[in-house]
Amino acid sequence: MKKETWKELPLGCVNVHPGNSRENLTGTWRSGLKPEFIAEPCIHCMFCWLYCPHFAIIVEDGVMKAINYNYCTGCGLCAEECPTKPKSIVMVKEEVKLAEGGKK
Amino acid sequence: MKTLKPLNGNQTIAEATRQVDPDVIAAYPITPSTAIVESIAQFKADGLITGEFVCPESEHSAMSVCIGAASAGGRVMTATSSQGLALMWEMLYIAAGLRLPIVAGIANRALSAPINIHGDHSDTMGARDSGWIHLYSENCQEAYDNFIQAFRIAEHMDVRTPVFVGLDGFIISHSVEVVQVEDDAEVKKFIGEYKPVYSLLDMSRKITVGPLDFTDYYFEHKRSQIEGIENAPAVIEQVGKEFGLTFGRPYGFFEEYRMEDAETAIVVMSSAAGTGKDAVDELRQEGLKIGLLKPRVFRPFPYQKMAEALKKMKAVAVLDRASSPGAFGAPLFTEIRNALYDYAERPKVINYVYGLGGRDIKVEHFKEVGAKLEKIRKTGKVEEMCGYLNLRES
Ligand code: SF4
Ligand code: SF4
Repeated sequence: MKKETWKELPLGCVNVHPGNSRENLTGTWRSGLKPEFIAEPCIHCMFCWLYCPHFAIIVEDGVMKAINYNYCTGCGLCAEECPTKPKSIVMVKEEVKLAEGGKK
Repeated sequence: MKTLKPLNGNQTIAEATRQVDPDVIAAYPITPSTAIVESIAQFKADGLITGEFVCPESEHSAMSVCIGAASAGGRVMTATSSQGLALMWEMLYIAAGLRLPIVAGIANRALSAPINIHGDHSDTMGARDSGWIHLYSENCQEAYDNFIQAFRIAEHMDVRTPVFVGLDGFIISHSVEVVQVEDDAEVKKFIGEYKPVYSLLDMSRKITVGPLDFTDYYFEHKRSQIEGIENAPAVIEQVGKEFGLTFGRPYGFFEEYRMEDAETAIVVMSSAAGTGKDAVDELRQEGLKIGLLKPRVFRPFPYQKMAEALKKMKAVAVLDRASSPGAFGAPLFTEIRNALYDYAERPKVINYVYGLGGRDIKVEHFKEVGAKLEKIRKTGKVEEMCGYLNLRES
């Protein structure tokens, strides 16, 4: 995406494309750890969904489905808060790829 | 109908607010600007104001309400002083960064510590880099006139930047003068209708106000913000002229008093300029070729015009009612001395900090400055560049 010069920007830092944080793939910030979902013990309590700061928990019809790695920063909150024993989300090592920048 | 009314400075701001009748007024009372808010509340209670009057729990909240209301597309005003302005600090930068044309009446007052409720310019000078336009008033009439013009300046499409209108705490805010109050309809006509560019209430065009900016956009946004205040000089000039044509009192960037043939000059803002003019008259009678320059606009700083007006002087004394601890001179001095730097022929410039915490400045003190300038004019020598006026030294 071509970035505007200061003369091209809308007045007063207003964002005229609301919702465009979707384009900001925060998943590129992950550095070494990523959550892995294990469906078996999951009780669909939605704690992970509630705590995830990046809306990276994919829920369908009240059922925890998966993690959206485009936005997951690997913070580990979901794994920490998951109440099941054993955990339904565990943090695993991930090979670090150099990020190409936040926006596509 | 236009009328002459006995009003103090605070009442002139309230009176102008009643005439402008902004969509939202949000203010928290603090000495010496309390009476602005009080009078506005009375107007509201009497049904003389149609806009919303919001009494929040602090000045920080007052400015936050102003920002929200202005983002929603409203014409907005507030008033405060001193610690109140200091408490607004972070929100001031946001108002300017979002290019919201909020107008704030500031009864200028000293900052703590020690606690002091009297007039100096520490509050607005502290906020000088917040991105707001600064207008200063010598008397109640100027406070009224500046406040009305402030809306036109702030809301001009090339500017869209908030404006402070300063009036000296107590000296102007609480002194009654006979003020020419213009006709309500004429004032409304002069300021015209305000049309916001974006409005949070416009559901046909959804926007986000104040989102996060990373390293890739912050700098560009800041640069575009600066453009607003840099466009302001032409607008301030135009509005000042038009105000003169409409109401008979034209305004520029500064007032020059007996400067035509002057060889030395005193630069002083706000209420002290009145006393300064009397002192200049007396010094003139004593044979000194001295004049006075009273800045009205401090941000954007009219550096070229100011330098043109002062470059032929032999010596200039800049009087600041604020200090800038650790700096090479107080705020007005550094601007003026900087503005003169590129001129091959330029005056010696000295600085006096005066009147902190409302300390009186009298004709005799201005005459002291006049005598010092005369000595510099004759000898070409500056003994002390930055000093203090009417301070117990030894
Ligand atoms: S917190 Fe754990 S148990 Fe609850 S929905 Fe998420 S993964 Fe399932
Ligand atoms: S690791 Fe953090 S960002 Fe990723 S899904 Fe869990 S809570 Fe969300």
